[in-house]
Amino acid sequence: MIEANLLTKVFRDGKRGEIRGADSVSFRVEPGTIYGLLGANGAGKTTTLRMLGTLLRPTSGSAKVAGHDVVAEPDLVRANIGFLAASTALYARLTAREMIAYFGRLNGLDEPSLRRRIGILSEELDMGDFLDRRCDKLSTGMKQKTSIARTLVHDPQVMIFDEPTLGLDVMTARSIVQFVRECRGRGKTVIYSTHVMSEAEKLCDVIGIIHEGALRAEGTLAELKARTGEADLEECFVKIVVPEGGK
Amino acid sequence: MSWHTIGTVYAKELRDTLRDRRTLISMIVVPTLFMPVLIFGMGKAASVIVSKAKAEVPRVMVIGGGDSPGIRTELEKTGKFRLEKALPNWKKLIADKRIRAAVEIPEGFEKALGEGAAPAVTLYDYQGEMKSGLAVEQLRGFFTGLRERATTRLLSERGLPATIAHPFEVKQENVAPPEKVGGNLLGGIIPYFIIFLCLLGAMYPAMDLSAGEKERGTMETLLCCPAARTDIVMGKFLVVLTGSLFAVLSSLASLAATLLLAAASMRGAGGDGAGMLSIDPVGILGVLAMIVPVAVLFSAVLFAIALFAKSLKEAQSYLTPITFLVIVPVAIGVLPGIDLNLRLALIPILNISLVCKEMLSGVWHWGYIGVIFGSTALYAGLALALCVKMFRSEGVIFRT
Repeated sequence: MIEANLLTKVFRDGKRGEIRGADSVSFRVEPGTIYGLLGANGAGKTTTLRMLGTLLRPTSGSAKVAGHDVVAEPDLVRANIGFLAASTALYARLTAREMIAYFGRLNGLDEPSLRRRIGILSEELDMGDFLDRRCDKLSTGMKQKTSIARTLVHDPQVMIFDEPTLGLDVMTARSIVQFVRECRGRGKTVIYSTHVMSEAEKLCDVIGIIHEGALRAEGTLAELKARTGEADLEECFVKIVVPEGGK
Repeated sequence: MSWHTIGTVYAKELRDTLRDRRTLISMIVVPTLFMPVLIFGMGKAASVIVSKAKAEVPRVMVIGGGDSPGIRTELEKTGKFRLEKALPNWKKLIADKRIRAAVEIPEGFEKALGEGAAPAVTLYDYQGEMKSGLAVEQLRGFFTGLRERATTRLLSERGLPATIAHPFEVKQENVAPPEKVGGNLLGGIIPYFIIFLCLLGAMYPAMDLSAGEKERGTMETLLCCPAARTDIVMGKFLVVLTGSLFAVLSSLASLAATLLLAAASMRGAGGDGAGMLSIDPVGILGVLAMIVPVAVLFSAVLFAIALFAKSLKEAQSYLTPITFLVIVPVAIGVLPGIDLNLRLALIPILNISLVCKEMLSGVWHWGYIGVIFGSTALYAGLALALCVKMFRSEGVIFRT
């Protein structure tokens, strides 16, 4: 489970002064559900997810991930999450197997467990052909599979996806979306950030619309449509983030 | 701290580093080839240039001396000079390297020499120009011989022995064993290169494991795992340190092999300078021990600076000035006449350069050695603490 309570992150910039990357963001994600964080570029999605992943420390507010506080127990939080983002790359000079094994060891797996997990993931993700190939020689799809295996090697309870399909071709993006669904099917708590409306529509059980660091609306797709009186998510989104008469 | 995690990070980073061609070049190839190229390559080039210069018969202009034909004839007879006809622009000709030197013989020189009261002969050269210097050296040799012959003749005419002009000789003998002589000769220059290579060996791993990771997007991947930040930074730092120490060991091994080969080739050629190329092995071990805290200091400082950078290019622009900051104190340490004292023993890098020079020449000031080792270890510890602090700072890791 994920519980964010008034999460706020303030960045200080010499030229621009104080910037509120996230402003009193609160939400709750139950196990076996996908929570979509929908927002434009720079809306605060990555900042929020990085706070949940303990990469950034909140300026104020609190959050619990898998029952652990992100400020007080960051190591335990990270031990229970799988974090996949467009910005989480692979080590080019390692093979796919070495990459997965490295993160397995860092997550505290012993060698027999690690071998077993790599075997299972390799079979599930059909990685047999390229498991011992260097990551810089892999296709985009193979790289994504390796990244997925890296996030799953320690079988975390919570999955955090930060725009994982950014820049990917249709087929690779579809396989990612399918993988996210499988995570839900396995009872994992999933949070998924995107600015692609169709992805959020197809995938998310609950959608939170974030704009200028603040969560502007939250609900199921049907609830958002009912609230805005619009027929599709894109129109709902525009109506929520651009106030009446605004641009 | 978890040694298991540090070991895991170290093993992965070392493997990754050893697969990077640029790092291998800075860690192994450059340090290994540096000394042989320097000693054999530069030595050979210098010897060829000097031999060629010595083999040349210099063009020399004789100014004046029209009433001293015997001197001119004697100069010609030596076969060491090509005498040129005097021209008014002789200074320009020397500057243009058309002639190597000029000699001005004053009027009535030969006659006055016969009477034992000849005026001064002036030699003209272009200082700093090797061939001009060699020509003047030969001219000086000729005129010194001429003066000695004249002295002997004049003394003999007066019934006095030739030894009256040189009542005694001054002799000089070396008491230093060959390895100490070698230490004195090479002691200044070896620390210079060792310290420089120690820095070079740490530079690429430091950039690659910090700014390189940020640029390639793997830093965020790594920070998502539950390993403590301190353990990650220690694992990475140890790889940077390995690079630095490996570069030092490669260069020392290469230096030892080069000196052995050079000494053998000198002995084979019948030269008597082979002993000059031997260095006290205890001195080398001392240098190695003193270089460890320096390697820690370099690794930590370079890593901390590179961590701040967002890309390899930015890291390179920060680290290049560091090279100059290191070279200057090391170069000062190489200068003759600078002796170690307590004040200098506290100046990082310069202190190491000076103490290494002393150890290689067989001087062991244990008090200073202790102060230098301790102070360098302290600076290194502070730099390492800064590294850890920076790695834990999100402002540094996610700097935009």
